[in-house]
Amino acid sequence: MTDIALPQHHEHEHPSGITRWLFTTNHKDIGTLYLLFSVSMLFIGGSFAMVVRAELFQPGLQFVNPHFFNQMTTMHALVMIFGAVMPAFVGLANWMIPMMIGAPDMALPRLNNWSFWLLPFAFTLLLSTLFMPGGAPSGGWTMYPPLVLQTGMAFPFLIFAVHLMGISSVMGAINVITTVFNMRAPGMTYTKLPLFVWTWVITAFLLIAAMPVLAGAVTMLLTDKFFGTSFFNAAGGGDPVMFQHVFWFFGHPEVYIMILPAFGIVSQIVPTFARKPLFGYISMIYAVASIAFLSFIVWAHHMFTVGMPLAGELFFMYSTVLIAVPTGVKVFNWVATMWRGSMTFETPMLWALCFIILFSIGGFSGLMLGLAPADFQYQDTYFVVAHFHYVLVTGAVFAIIGGVYFWLPKWTGRMYNERLGKLHFWLSTLSVNLLFFPQHFLGLAGMPRRIPDYAVQYAEWNMLSSIGAFVFGASQLIFLYTVIRAMSGHGEKASGQVWEGAHGLEWTLPSPPPYHSFTEAPKVP
Amino acid sequence: MNTARTDAISIAAGNRRLGWKLALGALLMCGFGYLLVPLYRVYCEYTGFNGTTARIDPGQAAAQGIDRTRWVTVEFAANTSADLPWAFRPEVNSLRVHPGEMVVAQFEARNLGSRAIVGQAVPSVTPGRAASHFRKIECFCFSRQPLAPGQMLKLPVQFQVDNNLPPEIGTLTLSYTFFELPGIRAAGPDPRDARL
Repeated sequence: MTDIALPQHHEHEHPSGITRWLFTTNHKDIGTLYLLFSVSMLFIGGSFAMVVRAELFQPGLQFVNPHFFNQMTTMHALVMIFGAVMPAFVGLANWMIPMMIGAPDMALPRLNNWSFWLLPFAFTLLLSTLFMPGGAPSGGWTMYPPLVLQTGMAFPFLIFAVHLMGISSVMGAINVITTVFNMRAPGMTYTKLPLFVWTWVITAFLLIAAMPVLAGAVTMLLTDKFFGTSFFNAAGGGDPVMFQHVFWFFGHPEVYIMILPAFGIVSQIVPTFARKPLFGYISMIYAVASIAFLSFIVWAHHMFTVGMPLAGELFFMYSTVLIAVPTGVKVFNWVATMWRGSMTFETPMLWALCFIILFSIGGFSGLMLGLAPADFQYQDTYFVVAHFHYVLVTGAVFAIIGGVYFWLPKWTGRMYNERLGKLHFWLSTLSVNLLFFPQHFLGLAGMPRRIPDYAVQYAEWNMLSSIGAFVFGASQLIFLYTVIRAMSGHGEKASGQVWEGAHGLEWTLPSPPPYHSFTEAPKVP
Repeated sequence: MNTARTDAISIAAGNRRLGWKLALGALLMCGFGYLLVPLYRVYCEYTGFNGTTARIDPGQAAAQGIDRTRWVTVEFAANTSADLPWAFRPEVNSLRVHPGEMVVAQFEARNLGSRAIVGQAVPSVTPGRAASHFRKIECFCFSRQPLAPGQMLKLPVQFQVDNNLPPEIGTLTLSYTFFELPGIRAAGPDPRDARL
C-alpha cells in the first residue's frame, strides 16, 4: 500500500511481460484485466446460451439431453452474473473512479490485485465441473436445496467457486469505498462526484452487505451435504424454504448490484451527448440510495408462491411496487436531461438511449411480476426469463457496452470505428428484441422455464427467439473486433477531450492517460 | 518532499484502517446470514408460517369450550421420504370435528426394509393460515420412532382445532412426512424435537 502512496518509486520500474499483469497494482492495468476477463466470460456464457437456444429452436429433443440442458442454463446464469456483468463493472470502476475523483490510484492496490486474481481461479473451479463425472451444477443458479444437494462431484466446486467470487467482489467493494472516501482530490466534494462514482459507492455497500449472506447460505449447503448439519433438511428439523429466504435476501440486492453502476454509466453518457448537465443530480443520488435501501426489504417477491401469510404477500408486494418511484425519478431525469439539448447520436449515446427504453420495458414487466396475485400465473414461466433478460441484457449489458464505447478512446487513445459501432448497435438491438420479446408471449401462454422441450403451440415464438439469439450472439463479434482494433493501436487518434460535451477530470488527461495519472492532486473546478 | 511523504504514509494508514472496518462489516453480515436461521424459526412459530403447528398441554386444551355449532373436516396425509422403506398411512382419511374438541387420530407405520430404522415424522398443516389454530396435545412426531424389520407400529396423535379458526376455513389437512434419522439407534425424545 505504501507503494502507491509513494508513486515516485514506481517510475523507476515499469515491469513488462507476464509479470506486469501478475503483479500489477496499477488501477488501469487491473481495470484492463477485469474487462478482458469479463469479455471472455461473456463469450463462454454466451456459448452456453447458444446451446440452450439451439435446443429450443424446435420442440422435441435435438442436440443435448435434458441433464446437459439444465447444466447449460445453470452455468449460463452463474458465468454471466458472476463472471461477465459483475467483473465488467469492477473493471470500469478501476479504470474510471481514480481518474474521475483525481486520485493517483485505488486506495488499496495490492488488495486490488488479489481481488482480480481470485477470479480466474474461481472460474477454473466452476468451469472444470463441465468435465466431471455427473457434469456441472444443473439445479439452477439459485441453488435451491434439496435439488442442489443431488449435484455430484461438482457440488463442492460450485460452493468454493461462489466463495471465491464473493471474496473477490467484497474486496473490490472495500477498495471502491476506501478510494472514494479517502482519495478524492482537494475540492472534490461529495456533491461534485460524478454519478458513476456515486452509484458505485452505493453498489459497494450493497456488495458488502449482501455477498457475505450468500457465502453463509452456500456454506450451510456445504455443511448440510458433507458434515451432517440440517439447516435445510426437514428430517433434522431444518427447512428448505428457509434457503430461499436467505438466498433472496442476498439475491435481490444482487440484482441491483448489477444495475446501479449501469445507471451511473448512462448518467455519464446522456449529459455528454445532450450537451447539458445532468438534470436533477441530487435527486439521482437519493433515488439510487432509496433503490438500494428498498432492495433489502423486497426479497420474498421472488417466492410469493411458496406460501406466506397474507400480510407478508401484501408487504412484499407494496414494497416491491414502491421501487418504481425512485426508478421513475431516474428515467424522468434522463429524459429531462435530453429535453432541448443539442443531441448527437454517436454509438455510446445510442446504447444509452436504448438502455433507457428497454430497461423501462424490463421495469414494467417487473411491476407485473411484483403483483402477488398475478405472480401466481407468471411464476417460473418464460415471462420471468423475458423480464430479467430485459433488465440484465438490454439493461446492464447495454450500459456496459455503451460505457466501453464511451471510454475506449480515453483508454486506448484511438477512436473505434463509428460505422462498425453503429452496425453493432443496430444488429444487437434488433436481434435482442427478437430474442427476448417473444418470450413474454411464451410465458403468458404458460411455457415453463428451464425445460429442454415444450408443447408444439410454443414452436413459432421459440424459433423466432432462437434466430434472434444467434444473430445477437454473432453480432458481439463485431464488438470484439472494434475493441481489439482500438487496443492494438488502429484507428483515428483520440484527443484528451474525446467528446465535445464531456466534462470531468478524466477528460483533462491525455488519451491514453499516462500510466500514473494525478500523482499531483489536480485542481477541481 | 518530506511532508508529502508523511502525508502519503498517513493516507495509506487511513486507507488501511477504513479497509479493515469495511472488512469487519462484511464479516458481521456473514454472521447475520447465520442469524437468519433462528430468526426464521421464531418467525415461523409466531405466524404459523410454513404450516408450523402449535403445541399445547392438555390443561390448556380442556379449558377451551367446544363449539358444537360448527363442523371442521380434518384430512390426513401420510408420506415417507424417497429413501425410507416404510409403509405409512392414516387409519381414516378424514375426520369431522368440532372446534375445541379433543380428538385422537391413528396412523400406522410398517418397516418393509431388512434393517432397523429410526424415523422422525415432520408435520405440516395447510392452509398455512390454519396452522397456528391446529394444536397438538400429544403426537408421535414429538419423539423418534424406531422400527425393527417388519415391525408395525400404531401412531396416535391427539389434537384440537381451536375456536378462533377463521370462519371461512372448513377443511384443513394435516400431513406427516417420515424421514430417516441416519446413524441414530437409540429411541427416546430429543430436546431438539420438542418444537415439532
